[in-house]
Amino acid sequence: MKRLRLAFLAPSALLLATLFLAPLVIVAVYSLESRGAYGGVTPPFTLESYSRILDPLYLKILWRSFWVAGVSTLLCLLLGFPLALFISRSGPRRGLYLQLVMLPFWTSFLIRTYAWMFLLRDTGLINTALLATGLISEPLPLLYNDFAVILGLVYGFLPFMVLPLYTTLEKLDPALLEAAADLGAPPWPALARVTLPLCRPGILAGSILVFIPCLGAYLTPDLMGGGKSIMIGTLVQNQFTTSRDWPFGAALSFSLMALTLGLLYIVSKRSRGEDLL
Amino acid sequence: MPPDPILQIRQVSKTFPSHKAVDQVSMTLERGELHALLGPSGCGKTTCLRMVAGFETPDSGEILLNGVDIAPLKPYQRNVSTVFQSYALFPHLTVFDNVAFGLRQRGEKAVRDKVMASLEMVQLAAKADRRPAQMSGGEKQRAALARSLVLAPDLLLLDEPLSALDPNLRQQVRHELKALQRRVGITFLMVTHDQEEALSLADRITLLNQGRVEQVGTPQEIYLAPANRFTANFLGEMNWLDDVGVRPESTRLSHQAPEPGVRVHPGQVTQSTFLGDCYHIQAEIGGGRQLMARVPRSQNGYHPGDRVHVWWQAADELHLPQ
Repeated sequence: MKRLRLAFLAPSALLLATLFLAPLVIVAVYSLESRGAYGGVTPPFTLESYSRILDPLYLKILWRSFWVAGVSTLLCLLLGFPLALFISRSGPRRGLYLQLVMLPFWTSFLIRTYAWMFLLRDTGLINTALLATGLISEPLPLLYNDFAVILGLVYGFLPFMVLPLYTTLEKLDPALLEAAADLGAPPWPALARVTLPLCRPGILAGSILVFIPCLGAYLTPDLMGGGKSIMIGTLVQNQFTTSRDWPFGAALSFSLMALTLGLLYIVSKRSRGEDLL
Repeated sequence: MPPDPILQIRQVSKTFPSHKAVDQVSMTLERGELHALLGPSGCGKTTCLRMVAGFETPDSGEILLNGVDIAPLKPYQRNVSTVFQSYALFPHLTVFDNVAFGLRQRGEKAVRDKVMASLEMVQLAAKADRRPAQMSGGEKQRAALARSLVLAPDLLLLDEPLSALDPNLRQQVRHELKALQRRVGITFLMVTHDQEEALSLADRITLLNQGRVEQVGTPQEIYLAPANRFTANFLGEMNWLDDVGVRPESTRLSHQAPEPGVRVHPGQVTQSTFLGDCYHIQAEIGGGRQLMARVPRSQNGYHPGDRVHVWWQAADELHLPQ
């Protein structure tokens, strides 16, 4: 029995060890070495890369990343909750609506991002249309700013918010809402006093699933944010390409991971062992 | 006692896409009574209850509470409260906060005192800080009662209040429920499919079948003078000889011929079933007809194959044409 269990475990354990743990160790080692002249790393070991993160310039980028990820998560929650509520209460059509929520996954994220850029740029569909109707005389700055980045992130990660919210809402006993009405609570107070508190696990799970990928997002900020709206993902990427500072890139990655894990730890402590995912 | 109706249901009908649940039902609840809405599953009793609570809207008819038609009102606008079959306690709130829910919604003062008084009444004051998940079925039921009664509703609706409890607990809770109803003086409307529960608890019973009222009356009236065959068969057991019915507990057996003046049929015992306090003896009389007699354990001396006289008093006969 024990041997059988090991046999089942072995493939995934091996995969994780070689393809996940090993690179992680390599990155950890890189982050502690010195910068090579043409990229790469050389001895001696040093903590210099980590101390450089505390440079206000980089702290600002880190702060910006948290801010953008936080706003995106909040917007996903504000948009996703009513949507999940609607789907959970649409009876036999629920399956269809869930399929629609996941429909964007059928196309590459990169292509969808380019599609957004075609819509948002100065000569894009939206600005052309608005200019043609005479509502505006100059194109609106829709692309290459924080607005565009947040829009792209919210668009990309909304399904990750909707799905866990839907799961908790769907499990909600309808009798509880009837009980709330029966005890005198109209629909809005019932939502605030019963539905929302009971949705906490879904809200937490959805927020984690959106916030963490937003924090480390690279593609969206890079393509839709232009040079001005740099986030930590782009900064890391730069270190391994144009800046040729591998130890610093590795240190940044590791610090981001540490921050994320710390955050998760706090959230899981505060939720007192509720099922997060 | 002059009639003082608190609830009048008049000619109410409700059809769901799949079936007609309630068909021209009328019934009246007197103030302060414990009324049971009894019937087999699917008879429309729960739909009736949900229409009084406001969770379903009648297609036609009126529901008058203290003389006012409440059919157009939302559940949260009616001074009617429900104890749900599953109790529907809010799992994220303590017992105290569950009971306080309705008071806080109304913005009442002295919430704490009212909640604690209500919890005292159901002997749950010591468990005010518990969550529903930490409580037994009986405690949850009492918490649900406290949560509804604290609002002093005109009418308390109970949906199968005892069905989620252990059978052993049910007997005891039945008495507690009745005592509680007498103490608070609030009119209770209870839905149940259990005839014994309805007989033992209710002041009056409305028997429903396939969305229609079969009979209304006190437990004695309904059991002893059923208006039709459905009522007779649904409450207790019946032996039928054409249009004449007689209950097994009124059916006697004897080895010697009984005194004259009673209805008697010669027969032969075919089956004997032990039920603890009594035996159910089945005897075949002429024409292959089977009759059931309920014989107290101390008086049982009948075995399959015995030739017996099956008899009963004429007064115990029910004459109900098919």
